[in-house]
Amino acid sequence: MTLHRSIPAAFLLLATALTGLTPFALAESVTVVSWGGSYARACEKAFHEPFTAETGIEIRLEDYNGGLAQIRAQVETGNVHWDVVDMEMADAVRGCDEGLLEPLDLGALAPGADGKPAEEDFYPGSLTECGVGTLFYSTIYAYNLERFPGNRPSTIADFFDLEKFPGRRGMRRTPQVNMEFALMADGVPLDQVYAALRTQEGLDRAFRKLDTIKDHIVWWEAGAQPPQMLADGEVTMSTAYNGRIFNAQVLENQPFVIVWDGQLLDTGQLVIVAGSPNLEAARKFFSFSTTVRSLVAVGRYISYSPARQSGTALISTHLETGVDMKPHMPTTPENAARGLQYDWEWWSDHIDEMNLRFIAWLLR
Amino acid sequence: MDSPQKVHVEFEGVSKSYDGRTVVVRDLDLAVYEGEFLTLLGPSGSGKTTCLMMLAGFQTPTSGTIRIGGRAVDDLPPRKRDIGVVFQNYALFPHMTVGENLSFPLEVRGMEPRQIRERVRGALELVRLEGLEGRRPGELSGGQQQRVAIARALVFEPALVLMDEPLGALDRRLREEMQYEVRRIQRRLGVTVVYVTHDQQEAMAMSDRVAVFQRGRIEQVAPPEALYEEPQREFVARFIGDNNLLRGKVVGVEGDFCRVEVGGQIVTAFRVVPCEVGDPVSVAIRPERVAVAPEPGLYGNEFDAGIDDITFLGDHLRLRMTVCDTPDFIAKIPNIVGHGAVLEGDRVRVGWTLTDGRVLEPDGPETGSK
Amino acid sequence: MRPAVLVLPLAAFIAVTFVAPLLVMLGRSVHDPMVADALPETLGLLRSWDGERTPPEAVFETMARELLKARREKSLGRIATRVNRVQAGLRSVLMKSVRRLRGAHPPDSWREAMIALDPKWGQTRTWHAIRRAGERFTLRHYLHALDLDQAPGGGIIRQPPDLRIYLPLLRRTLAVSLGITLLCLLLGYPIAYLIANAPPHRANLLLLLVLVPFWTSLLVRTTSWIVLLQTQGVINDLLAAVGLIADDQRISMIYNMTGTVVAMTHVLLPFMVLPLFSVMRTIPPLYMSAAASLGASFLQAFRRVYWPQTLPGVAAGSLLVFILAIGYYITPALVGGQSGQLISNMVAYHMQQSLNWGLAAALGGVLLGGVFLLYLVFNRLVGVDRMRLG
Repeated sequence: MTLHRSIPAAFLLLATALTGLTPFALAESVTVVSWGGSYARACEKAFHEPFTAETGIEIRLEDYNGGLAQIRAQVETGNVHWDVVDMEMADAVRGCDEGLLEPLDLGALAPGADGKPAEEDFYPGSLTECGVGTLFYSTIYAYNLERFPGNRPSTIADFFDLEKFPGRRGMRRTPQVNMEFALMADGVPLDQVYAALRTQEGLDRAFRKLDTIKDHIVWWEAGAQPPQMLADGEVTMSTAYNGRIFNAQVLENQPFVIVWDGQLLDTGQLVIVAGSPNLEAARKFFSFSTTVRSLVAVGRYISYSPARQSGTALISTHLETGVDMKPHMPTTPENAARGLQYDWEWWSDHIDEMNLRFIAWLLR
Repeated sequence: MDSPQKVHVEFEGVSKSYDGRTVVVRDLDLAVYEGEFLTLLGPSGSGKTTCLMMLAGFQTPTSGTIRIGGRAVDDLPPRKRDIGVVFQNYALFPHMTVGENLSFPLEVRGMEPRQIRERVRGALELVRLEGLEGRRPGELSGGQQQRVAIARALVFEPALVLMDEPLGALDRRLREEMQYEVRRIQRRLGVTVVYVTHDQQEAMAMSDRVAVFQRGRIEQVAPPEALYEEPQREFVARFIGDNNLLRGKVVGVEGDFCRVEVGGQIVTAFRVVPCEVGDPVSVAIRPERVAVAPEPGLYGNEFDAGIDDITFLGDHLRLRMTVCDTPDFIAKIPNIVGHGAVLEGDRVRVGWTLTDGRVLEPDGPETGSK
Repeated sequence: MRPAVLVLPLAAFIAVTFVAPLLVMLGRSVHDPMVADALPETLGLLRSWDGERTPPEAVFETMARELLKARREKSLGRIATRVNRVQAGLRSVLMKSVRRLRGAHPPDSWREAMIALDPKWGQTRTWHAIRRAGERFTLRHYLHALDLDQAPGGGIIRQPPDLRIYLPLLRRTLAVSLGITLLCLLLGYPIAYLIANAPPHRANLLLLLVLVPFWTSLLVRTTSWIVLLQTQGVINDLLAAVGLIADDQRISMIYNMTGTVVAMTHVLLPFMVLPLFSVMRTIPPLYMSAAASLGASFLQAFRRVYWPQTLPGVAAGSLLVFILAIGYYITPALVGGQSGQLISNMVAYHMQQSLNWGLAAALGGVLLGGVFLLYLVFNRLVGVDRMRLG
């Protein structure tokens, strides 16, 4: 009977379709996971499209909002479908410890623009066991100028000052960054912020400071949300990734102002997920996207600066509007001077209990 | 019931229409006397239940007035009318025990618990259900539920009790027992009862007076005997008991009697309603009053008849005949002579007295009530 | 064939898709062999440790060896995470120590070398924690799920106030579920009454109106609430346009408890209306007429005659809504904001984010036990056989 033969065949077909092992894959492809919104668009323009044009490998882009949960789930169930992920430093270090990421192959990294080997060209600390630093970005806070036409916020303390600057605040729903902001706003000097976080008193102090604005906080998760919330009037000021605010300023003419005081500077990391189904293509993409050319190109679409020393000098203008990018980069000395380097090591070790503390605080 | 009677309930020109087009009750006048057992009898859809519901206050008349004890009750909600109602399916509250069901009307009246207990015991005694206070309606037989429903309608001592086909769900034997029971209770308490049924035997057995309903009108209100013996209208004659109806035209009037031409023969019959020569009328003869093969000359009306069919019914025989060109003329003869005295196809003489034939108004579109 | 054979496929389906995962999950709440499998020798040595002084050199040496081996096998991160769950802060001790010890020459004394790297290695608390993390079977997750912890000495203590999460959340979940149940009852009762007593064609239409949202995707419905309730949403716009509120004083109705309650009440309403409707349909309007004829006012008739007869429906609807509300996850996650989160969101957090499946399972177990208890109480009070689910 044909029916008897066709049923198992149909199941086989279904099974292969479900597992994605389509036997008719036409082109080589690689799944790249990034942060969505204007940042992902910048990356697409800067090096995804050139990569596909050069190699013929298709890029399937997916969005995510940080953390290791999805990668853990994929690796532990043996059903990995992400290849390359653009993640936070703390997650990259932790994911590496947990064996979720492929170890870094230094030989795959192209030398600097000045010919220096890659190990020397990347800023110190941006190369980790499994990942390589790509771009400097920072978490700042921004406000809507229309809401504060007179007296304008200028310090991180102003973010917590509801009397002088009333209105709802947007903050990312994580303990990271918010704890640092709270301590800085409470008067802890920049160089003592992480020392304070290592003590119970410091933690209590941070939460007490957050308590003062708790009822006025609107939480966000995706990086694309804060500019939207500011534009909608949902909040009067919000923490945000600096590049997102910049793009809203230059591309949408939004009256947003970035406050660099208290900015938290971090490096994005590019990693390959352990057990990546398209490892060869992933490696090719990894090498391509960490070249000086690729990293500098991103800086022509969004205000993130390359993690390579030979790239810093190449920062030029915003491609579309011609705006000089230097004053908008988080690494520009006058901006960097007022900020704090994010301590990824501390966070990668303490994120679990900090998350629980943060949730407990949210519940109070 | 025969001394000067006080009117308890009065319908005056009451009409009811639910949708504004179909009239369910039209221009109805009716008086119910105190202590009377009045039955509204009629086929289903004749408006009798609607009348009862208007009286209870669940329906409002479209026009006309209902008075209870002389007082117009148009604006009185049901709960203030103080009328006991026994519903078709009893409407006993299934989640309450018998005792709670009976206490309910007393409790909402704010009566004291001791008094309530006494009244409930009294009511149960009345319907002979002592000791069943703790049962739930679902645990009782149909007859017992019926008694509880009656007790509940009486326990708060209303002067007027309405019953809507209360015995319809019972089997025949139980129904007859309950007919007697209801009558007994009504006599004992002396309450006014307005009772609705479509069962004419039940109406005859229980009522002081019966109001026969048809298509929203009352055809006739009279005591059972009068309805049976002196129906005024063809509908009543047909509806109450069996009746043979011979249709014809009045050809002569002599005192209380009319001569009516039916199928070319002359029938003489008692004049119940006024009639004049030329009027189309019906002559009604009860089947049991028809004599078969009588001694010639004994009856004022004698005709030839052909027997079409004989049904043996034990204590009597039922003959279907053609008389005066009218088929389906029924005669009931007692089973004295035995089966086989007359046979199908026989031609016999039949006869009845002058007073057993009655001249009635025939049913027509323009017939009026009263 | 016996009738039992007919339900065999369903029974097998339920066994595979429901009973088995449930048992596995409950198993996970008490069983976690990860650490025990990774550090067998260290844990073996710790069994004979007196627990009062720093363990001997052999323990340190074995521990270091096994940790380094775990690192090579890429399991160190997960071991550190588990130890960290017993005592916060040990993750960094483990990770840091292994990072430093790796590649270095074996020291003369592992004990001194490790204590030099981090003084916590010298504390007995640390070793107690490692020993506890190494238990294959543990009630730790259940303790944590109830905001309790094992004291280093052995007794059971409450978590410090700034780490108490689950009991307050459980209380909140119960209160919110109760509130939603009441709201559903208040809103659903009149609707059900209307439908049950309407003429058939109108009843069908009304029932359809109740069911259409039921058939609409949960996400679509929840998103519609966002559109309606957000600060710049339809309702606020309307209120501001009418002048009831100032434009900068818009009401926060979403991303907080209000949003959760509103959206969940809407989502769960059909579960209340349907059982109520099915019960009310069987109650003839005659009873209310009968009560009125007996002299009862509408309120008396409703309270004493109608309401008691609808109790089976009220009970069924309430139980259904309450149990669904207790376990509801997607709606609070979408519109709950920070203050509108419920216990199931924590289960989801531990399932998906922290990957502490043991704790997630224990929370699930606590919830399951709670619902079961509730069911028993309910059965005692109302009687499940009297319930009508529709």
